[in-house]
Amino acid sequence: MHVNNTSTEKESLTKRKSSLGIRLFFIYLVFYAGFVLIGVFQYELLAIQIFGGLNLALAYGIGLIVFAVILGVLYNYYCTKYEDEADTEQANEMKERGTA
Amino acid sequence: MIYEISYTALVFFFIFVGLVIGLSFYFGRKTRSSSSYYAAGGQIHWGVNGIAFAGDYLSAASFLGICGMIAVSGFDGFLYAIGFLGGWIVALFLIAEPFKRLGKYTFTDALNAKFNSRAITLSASVSTLIVSVFYLIPQMVGAGDLVMPLLGMPHWAGVLLVGAIVIVIVASAGMASTTYVQFLKGGLLIVLSLVLTFFILKNGLTLTPDFKGNSSHYTFMELTPQVEDDKVVAVPDWNVIAQQVIGDKTFVKLSQNGIERWFDWERGHDSSLLKEALTVTQQANGQTLYNGEPKENRRFYQVGHMSKIVVNGREVEQTGPLSPFEFLSTLQKSEIVRFLQVKFPDGADQVSLYYQEPTAGASFMLPGLKYKIGRDANLWSKLDFISLMLALFLGTAALPHILIRYYTVKTPRDARKSTILAIAAIGGFYILTLFMGLGSAVNGVLDLESSNMAAPLLARAFGAVLFSIISAVAFATVLGTVAGLIVASSGAIAHDFIDVYLKKNLSDDRKVKLGKIAAFVVGIFAILLGMAFKGINVSFLVGWAFAIAASANLPAILFLLFWKKTSETGIAASIIVGIVSSLIIILTSPTMWDKYGLDPESAIHQLENPALISFPLAVLTVYLVSLRCPRRSSNADIENSTG
Repeated sequence: MHVNNTSTEKESLTKRKSSLGIRLFFIYLVFYAGFVLIGVFQYELLAIQIFGGLNLALAYGIGLIVFAVILGVLYNYYCTKYEDEADTEQANEMKERGTA
Repeated sequence: MIYEISYTALVFFFIFVGLVIGLSFYFGRKTRSSSSYYAAGGQIHWGVNGIAFAGDYLSAASFLGICGMIAVSGFDGFLYAIGFLGGWIVALFLIAEPFKRLGKYTFTDALNAKFNSRAITLSASVSTLIVSVFYLIPQMVGAGDLVMPLLGMPHWAGVLLVGAIVIVIVASAGMASTTYVQFLKGGLLIVLSLVLTFFILKNGLTLTPDFKGNSSHYTFMELTPQVEDDKVVAVPDWNVIAQQVIGDKTFVKLSQNGIERWFDWERGHDSSLLKEALTVTQQANGQTLYNGEPKENRRFYQVGHMSKIVVNGREVEQTGPLSPFEFLSTLQKSEIVRFLQVKFPDGADQVSLYYQEPTAGASFMLPGLKYKIGRDANLWSKLDFISLMLALFLGTAALPHILIRYYTVKTPRDARKSTILAIAAIGGFYILTLFMGLGSAVNGVLDLESSNMAAPLLARAFGAVLFSIISAVAFATVLGTVAGLIVASSGAIAHDFIDVYLKKNLSDDRKVKLGKIAAFVVGIFAILLGMAFKGINVSFLVGWAFAIAASANLPAILFLLFWKKTSETGIAASIIVGIVSSLIIILTSPTMWDKYGLDPESAIHQLENPALISFPLAVLTVYLVSLRCPRRSSNADIENSTG
């Protein structure tokens, strides 16, 4: 079956990107909510020394910031990859049509 | 607090403001169409846009507010940094690209792309306006705070100055110039924060921070009193005037050479000590005394010092240069003196007294000093903490002036790349706020009357040049953010409301003109509010703007993007419910009670941030109303579904 036209192809790309976004969002949400919940229910845990003499509150807080940046870079990497794949696919198809 | 005018600061300040206005006129000449006024013609490079994003976002709240709150309340200020950044995740992963595919110039256009509904146009433009105004308040308050030490002006004059400059900028150029202003200032702010953090770490921690003569460290007096029957009866060289018990503290008023001072009486089992406090006294005759003397005598000292520095289990006088990790861990083991405020009447006078409260570094570096979630927590304070973290997380993606940045670049790909650059830049900056805030807490630079000036005043301790540049950039920060907000709100009024809702079908020319008039009116309004909210921490105020944005806009956006059955009535209803419920909760909060002149304890509820209630309410509304009143399938809808 090779009935893909340009617009459905674009739609599949959009879907791929948005499902990646949603998955990454939930991963981050779990960590963010974890911080808030520890604060509310297990406050004492935040005072525990983790590494380099930092307590859990500081390590977790700075960690959340760094984690957001890492996820952002990952997301961009995969989205760009998806887009490039879609572009080559489309280019190939154009070529096929041109020769047919 | 009294400030001297610094001429170095003045020179830098005027160079900077001149540059900003010059830039805006330069781009203003290029602004011809309404698309270039509202969205810079969609022609901005993603890299520039990314730093401009960061510039937009690192408003007075981030630089002034977070640093100030960390300096006063420790880790609780950092909560804002964590939440503000987390919000970008929502923006990047859920909103950025689909939103870019939907819209034209404004948030309202995007929401309405599928429906063409007048109800959505109206509610979304009202919401844009209200969120922008709430975001404008803290910027104006911050501007006033900044100008006091910079130009030696009163608070209201600073607010007026910012308002006037911004109205000129916006009326001349619109979005293109605000983008370049934001780019410039976003970049500079990050570089300068790095410099400041470097100085803090190089300087290390010391019990007597005096910066080699740049500022003189004041050592607070400690006196030994004679006590009889639970009363201070005599103190060598001082006359005992009065004694007041406030809560579990006792304060004693003494005088020397005709000048009255207050002391905090610390009673141990076998020892007794009077520790000097700082006071601001509003006298019945209208005069204000700072530590018993007129303002000009400079007796109202800058504060913030350490009472104990512990390195490897031993107490030391100073540490010398520290690595970032050593800086944080040493603070954690040491002891910091905070100043807490009490207010009481003394005869016909009103006294605001700040007493020293030695606080273990371990608790300073944990949440709980402002948002009580550990010891002394109750249900309200825990709910308040959750509500704040929710508002910060969900608010970013729903701020109209952030959303319009997606339209200033060409493609969704560019929108995404700008957003990631922004996250990296902002994240880096927020980690620096931790050092800048803590640095101001221990280096004797805090102004007790306003926490917002912590970071610039710390810069002043390191030298006049650094102070002047940082103040100028911070001022530009406010200018840029205010300009962006005013463009967003003038878009809501002129484009959404008058052009689309009232169907006036204005020519492009008239639309730009109308936008500029709207900008002028919003600007005046912002100036007045900025004067009214003086003295409140700007991050706290921004928390409200985030809560309103999260409740009014985000449920509508998310349902529109991710749930096919969302109807136009559902969106409009959810926006209205979000605005109304969050406004009601804010206007009845303890902080507002205090503003009305009532006792905050007697407020109807004790929730400072409304998001925890108003956001779920708006979500429920969009869901239920969409089910009750399903969408009409309009032409626009059919066009969209066939792509």
